[in-house]
This record gives sequence, structure tokens and C-alpha cells, in this order.
Amino acid sequence: MKRTRIGFFNKQRQFEQDMLERGVEYEYSSFYADSLKQLKKNKMAMGCAVILLLLILIAIFAPLLAPYDPAYQDYTAVLAEPSSAHLLGTDEYGRDILSRIIYGSRVSISIGIVAQIVASLVGITLGSLAGYYGGVIDNVISRIMEIFQAFPDLIFAMAIMTFMGKGVLNLFIALGLLTWVRTARMIRGSVMQLKEKEYIEASRACGASTFWIIAKGLIPNCLSTIIVMVTLGIPNAIMYEASLSFLGIGIQPPTPSWGNMISAAQTFISYRPLYSIMPGVAIMITVIAFNIFGDGLRDALDPKLKT
Amino acid sequence: MGEKLLEVQGLKTWFHTDAGLSKAVNDVSFFVEKGKTLGIVGESGCGKSITSLSIMGLVQTPPGEIAGGKILFEGEDLLEKTEEEMRSIRGKKIAMIFQEPMTSLNPVFTIGQQLIETLMLHENLTKQQAREKGIEMLKLVKIPLAEKRFDEYPHQLSGGMRQRVMIAMALCCSPKLLICDEPTTALDVTIQAQILELINELKEQTGTSVMMITHDLGVIAEVADDVMVMYAGKVVEHATCDQIFEKPMHPYTYGLMNCIPKLDDDDTKELSVIEGMVPSFDDMPKGCAFCPRCPEAMDICREKMPKLSEAEGRMVRCFKYTEEWEESSHE
Amino acid sequence: MLSYTAKRLGQTVFVLIGISLITFVLLQVVPGDPVALMLEKRADPETIAKIRHELGLDLPYHIQYYNFLKGAVRLDFGTSYFTKEVVSVALIRSFKVTVKLACMAFVFAAAIGIPCGIFSAVKRGKRIDSVVMVLSIIGVSAPAFWFAIILQIIFGLKLDILPISGFDGVSCYILPSVALGARYAGSMARITRTSMLEVMGQDYIRTAKAKGASRWSVIMKHALKNAMIPIVTLIGTDFGYMLTGSMLIEKVFSIPGIGKLAVDAMSNRDLPLLEGTVMYIAFVFVIVNLIVDLSYAFLDPRIRYGKGAA
Repeated sequence: MKRTRIGFFNKQRQFEQDMLERGVEYEYSSFYADSLKQLKKNKMAMGCAVILLLLILIAIFAPLLAPYDPAYQDYTAVLAEPSSAHLLGTDEYGRDILSRIIYGSRVSISIGIVAQIVASLVGITLGSLAGYYGGVIDNVISRIMEIFQAFPDLIFAMAIMTFMGKGVLNLFIALGLLTWVRTARMIRGSVMQLKEKEYIEASRACGASTFWIIAKGLIPNCLSTIIVMVTLGIPNAIMYEASLSFLGIGIQPPTPSWGNMISAAQTFISYRPLYSIMPGVAIMITVIAFNIFGDGLRDALDPKLKT
Repeated sequence: MGEKLLEVQGLKTWFHTDAGLSKAVNDVSFFVEKGKTLGIVGESGCGKSITSLSIMGLVQTPPGEIAGGKILFEGEDLLEKTEEEMRSIRGKKIAMIFQEPMTSLNPVFTIGQQLIETLMLHENLTKQQAREKGIEMLKLVKIPLAEKRFDEYPHQLSGGMRQRVMIAMALCCSPKLLICDEPTTALDVTIQAQILELINELKEQTGTSVMMITHDLGVIAEVADDVMVMYAGKVVEHATCDQIFEKPMHPYTYGLMNCIPKLDDDDTKELSVIEGMVPSFDDMPKGCAFCPRCPEAMDICREKMPKLSEAEGRMVRCFKYTEEWEESSHE
Repeated sequence: MLSYTAKRLGQTVFVLIGISLITFVLLQVVPGDPVALMLEKRADPETIAKIRHELGLDLPYHIQYYNFLKGAVRLDFGTSYFTKEVVSVALIRSFKVTVKLACMAFVFAAAIGIPCGIFSAVKRGKRIDSVVMVLSIIGVSAPAFWFAIILQIIFGLKLDILPISGFDGVSCYILPSVALGARYAGSMARITRTSMLEVMGQDYIRTAKAKGASRWSVIMKHALKNAMIPIVTLIGTDFGYMLTGSMLIEKVFSIPGIGKLAVDAMSNRDLPLLEGTVMYIAFVFVIVNLIVDLSYAFLDPRIRYGKGAA
């Protein structure tokens, strides 16, 4: 309590002292600290952040948490009802459903994140080039973006998967290609605005190279946009992965993925409804958590992004 | 003294915000006489717009709340009216013109549709009659090619034209009271003069009373009979227009006057400003709200809030015109 | 308005050509010779060469692309390798089914989503607003195919009141359209709410209130007509997605629509059928978006009367 210590000074002094303290505090509290403070106030978003953290921990420590090996087939308990041995029952090969859902989180979350990284790399590169150079380059990139956006999303991913063959790598590419346009558009817009700013002019005048200006001057200023886009893009990618796996052209069994589990469970809905319901619940929780957390991040970091 | 059309007594309009309770209008009393114009002056945030919205019953609740007072219109308290009754008063007996002509008209309806709506709401007219009356109103506010403009959309008109449309809309049911909330602030200076002249002319013709809300004393000089100066949600001075311009008494009014450049001023004379800002509601001084900016403030001003009391035939809220001032300065 | 339409049309043609080019290029990189695949292992190299020649697959790429484009314009994609059905016939037959499904889903989504959104905006901050928003976020976040299966379990198996597959009678349409429409109902509710809230804060709403207009008239007339402008674009795009993204639902309910055709073509590597469905679906999507954009311009007098941006 500094205030009591200076209590005997006159009012003016106290005022100055207060301003000084505020000034020091202000220096340390950067933009991100302010945003974090605002994010912390958003209880829904913070709750979802905790859920996400748990989900990621589950994915990382899956081998420790899962009661069984997801590939272990217990022929004595095929399509077993939930019991103390198998909390959610077993599938048509006698594999523990709970363990498969736990391992499925590895697939879904890692694919969501990697696909978004692919999309962001492509999107940031093309978006900043289009925004920075304008003119012909912008025109060409914008037209390409239009074509990509004009493709209905699922059919596009399906086509790529069919043409290039099934496989995790191709899945990354397909999902990345599906979602890069949004990032590219956002970055293009931000860069177009930012490049007119004085400090960019100044670094240009100092002879900085284009790469330097984009990488050091422009991208860091788009960082909040990028963070928000990635967070909100992950649930999208998770959804696409589940859909493609459900259609049989995403992750291939026996690797467990929430989508292909539902696909397999579909045959047994009449007497083992839980088998198809539980992987969907997992998808839903993950997607909701990412969406609400992403919305919270957006409100805290970049309120203008709100559509 | 003429008949009182509107009398506001001790109006308190408060807002419950995240940062605490904001007393936007705090114990404000005044009246508007029939056929007269009352000017309300003050900086933005002083509560003048909220006062007018309170009269119209358009304060958003929550966060707003009318915490006390009476709004007597033709002898009846508007605060006790039901929403239904208020609707039949709004637009019919009390009409309002807003600050932003560019955004105050609905962009997806034609001028005519918007004019007709008011007429159809309050008068028993057929569509054809309403159309004729609407065009007549557009002519009254001197819009050229009224028939053609009638079927155009707001974005096809200039700001001045739109404000004329707003005036036409406000006056088409011959209201008893017209509230103008900064009607000329968003317009060019030449257009401003035209609009004020129009309001004056129409007031003469229709005998409507006007409440002119503005931060611009020039506008007041142009149209008002009486002037009320507001500061931080309270009335600080209430006098006739002549009195105010002849001799502003409250230091705040005095400061406002000095902000207007005069033609006979020496070129080298700096335009004076009132130092500081309106205090925010969570940082309200203990005594007189104006004292942090007041050049004449004394200890007593910091201690307690002066009352609005009579001095030289007008109402002023300042210790300068009370006995306490003398006592305070002798200390 | 005219120049806007012309510009938008030109853009559409350009996009369509781009799509055809991507489709064509993708077809060329397909691993494995489609003819060998079609004839399976029975064929000798001579027959393969003969058929390649018949199908024009031995021509230079640019001529092949030209032929492909020429065919696409006339809706002629050849015949399916597997069913031997003319592709355009199969497309039109399946598309009729999908249009029916998408229209019903759209009506369901709009009938639920838009009123909920308006209601939620009007009751902003109240408990009912939170309930609608939570439901909508669940609707948006639940995978459609999973939701479809849940509907099957509840209404088809447990309650046994609705059929869980096929597409023959009205009762067969109900579950698929609800399943397909649910997530769009959620997104429509959110969009409507946001748009209404934004409009309700505008000055002209205050003007309408000051006129003495009733609450109902202020909301349903003054606010909604303005709020509808962005809503229409977004839900129009949603309709495009429903028309082209129904393969998941079609698979769950075994509905013989365009999505199922596409999935079948992909699993069989039936190239003529595949390029036909991809081109067709992309075409429909692009056209729906074009119509939406033009209707947007029509709804907003500021664009309709050409004075440009708002």
C-alpha cells in the first residue's frame, strides 16, 4: 500500500505519484497482456480453454489413460455391452470403444492442428504477397482464391482424396487446400491496410528488402488475426476429417478416428446405439470447445474480425 | 408568462453500467411554454440528449432507468403512461428530429413510405390522402421536385435534404412539441442556417413549441426564447436568451460564451477554451461538478454542491451569487 | 446495377473455366490407368490401346481438355465405366432427389433458424437468448451424419414412427431434411441474431420509435428488412452447401442423390461419372452463389440504384 506511505504529502504529489505508477504499469502491460486480461474475464471461453487443455493432455497421454490397446481384439467380448471391464462396451472386433475414442482424439486434434498449419502457411504466403504487391500478382492470387472458394468444400476434398489416393499426408493437403483461402483473404486485407502505415514506408526508405518488410514488419502485426483464424479453423478441419473418414476416404481403419468409428458403428445402431453416439459426442465437445474459445480469443484480440 | 406545455420536475435518468451507476440526468427541472422555444446547451455527455429521450420514453431499459421525477405534458405525467399510450403521443403530439440525418432515415424504404407511415399511424387517412399530405409536407419544408423525391430512397438525397425530410416527418401530424436534438450539427454551415430558418418559420406557422438541444450557442441565439445550460447531468443556469447573452452568470456559461470567436476580436487574441474535460460519472467531484475546471473555484465549491437558486431574475447553480460565497472569501 | 451484373457474370464464367481446368488436371494425375482399371485384369495391352484411342485418351492434353470442355458445356460426360449409364442421365436423375432433399432441409432450417434468431435478438441477454444460442452452437458443432444417426435411433428405432432409409414418401424425407438442416438452422439463428442486433442499434430504428411505431412494426418492418440483406446472402450460400454437401446424409439414409452418386463414383474410380458429378456440383454451387449475389443487390436500394457503396 504505497498510497498510505505518501499519505501526508499534498494532493498534487499524490496525483503525480499515481500517474507515475500508472505509466510504469502501462509500459509493461503490452497489447497481448491486455487481451489476456479481457479473455480471462470471459468465463465461457476460459472454461473451454480448460476443456481443450484436458483434450490435448488426453491425446498426448493416450497410452497411459486408455484401459486397453486400441487394436487389441477380445474375441470373447464382441460388441459387448458397457460393463466395468469395458466402460463403453466393445466394437465388432471386440476392441474397447473407450480406448479407441481416447486414441481417436490423437488423430482428430493432430489433423486439425496440422491441417491448419498447412493452410496458414499457404494462406499467409499468398495473402501477404497479394496484399503487398497488389496489381497483377494480387489479381492472379485473388482469382485463384475465387476458384477455390467456388468449389463446394466436401466434394473438393473428396475429389482430391480420390485422385491422389487415401493417406494421412494427402488428407493434410486436402484439408489445407480447403481452408487456406479464408486465411489468405484476411491476411491480404490486413497487409493492404498496414503497408500504407508510416513505419513500413520508413523501413522501405531505409532499404529493407521486401522479404524483410513482410516477415518483420507486416506479419507480426497480423499475428492476432492469424491466431484467431487458426483457432477457429481447427474445429473446421476436425469436422472435415470426421466427415471424410465417415465416407471412408479419410483415416482408414484399423487406425481409430472418431469419423470412421461412427461409420463402422452405423451397422449396429439398432442394438448398440452407444457405439455410434459416443464418438460423435467426442467430436462435438472438441468442436464446441474450439469454437467458443476461438470466439473469445477473437473478441479479446481483434473485435473487428466479427462477421 | 405563457401556459406551460411541458413541465419536467426533478427528472432522474440513471444508467446501470459495468463500471457502476451513471447519473446521466440528475434532478433536472424545467418547462416549455406554448409556442416558445427552449434551448438546452451543454457539452456532449452532459445529459441533454438523455433528457429528450426520457421525455419521448425512448430510454433503453435496462441499462437505463428513470429513477424519479415527473414529466408533465399538457398536465399529464408521461412517466405514468403505458407503452400503448406513449405510442399515440410519440410522433403525434411530441415529435423529434435527430442529429444524424444521414443515418436517421431507414435506407430500405422510400422517403414517401416513411412519411406515410407516420401519417397512417396517427391520422385516419387513406393511402392516397396520406400520399398527398406527404407531398404537401415535402413542399412545406422546401424540397424541390417533391413528387419525384417522394419515391426516392434516402441515399439519393443530400444531408440537408434528408434533414428536411426528417422535419417534414416530424411535423406532418402537427405536434404540440418538437424536440430537435442537434439538428444542424452534422450539416454544412450554409445548410445549418437554412435549416434553422426553416424550423423558425414552421414554428411561427404552426405554433409548435420547440426544444432545441445543441452544444452551439450560435444556434441558441438564432432560435431560442429561453436557455437552459446543463453540466454533468444538472442544470447550472436557466434564463431568457437575452439575459444569457447579455450577462452569462455561471462560470461555465461564461466559458462557453468565450469559446465563440467574435468578428471584432483582435486577430492575435487566442480562442479561449475551457480547460479540462467533463468529469466521468465514476470520478465525480464531491462538491460542484464544474469546480475542477472553474477558474473561480473556492474551497466551498469543493466541499458541497451549490443549489439552483434565483439570482437577478434567473436561476443559477453557483455559490458566487449566494451569501456563502461572501463568508467563504472572508475566511 | 447492370455493370455489376455483367461483372459478376464474367467472374462466374471465369471461375467455371478454372474449376474445369482443376478437375481436368486432377484427372490427369490419377494414379493408375483408368482404362486398365475399367477392364480390370482381363485386358491385353492391345485392347487397352484400342479403347484408349476410342476414348480419346491418347490425344495431346490440350486437345483432351478442349474435348472435355466441349462435352461439359453440352452436359456430355460420356457413359459410366461401370453402370454403362449415360452420365448426364444419371446426374439429372440423382439431382432431382437431392434438390428435393435440399429444399426441404432449407425450409426446415429457415423456419426454425430465422425466427429463433429474431427472438433471441429481441430478448437479448435474457435466459431464452442464452438457450437459443447454446442450442445453435450445438447445432453448428454436431457432425450432421452423427446427428442423422441419432435421429434414426430415436425416431426410427426407439419410437418407431419414421422410416430410417429410402426416399419414397413424404415420411421418408423428414429425418434426412432435419438432419441436413439442423446445422444450418443453428448458423441461421446466429447470423439473424447478430444482424438484427446490429440493425436495432441504428439511428433509423430510434426514428421509427419516435414516430410512434409499435414494437412489432419496429422489429418486423424497420429492423428485419434491413437485417435481411446480409441474412439473405448467407442463407443463400447455405442453400448452395445443402445442395452440394448432402452426401453424408444421403449415405446415412441410403438416398440415391447426387452425393451418393459422387461417393460411388469415387469408390469405383468411375472417371466419367466422377468428372460429371464434380463439374455438375461445382456448377450448381457457383450459379446459386451468383443468384444470391444478384438478389443481394436487388434487396439493397443503395446498390440497386447504382450509387455504389453504403
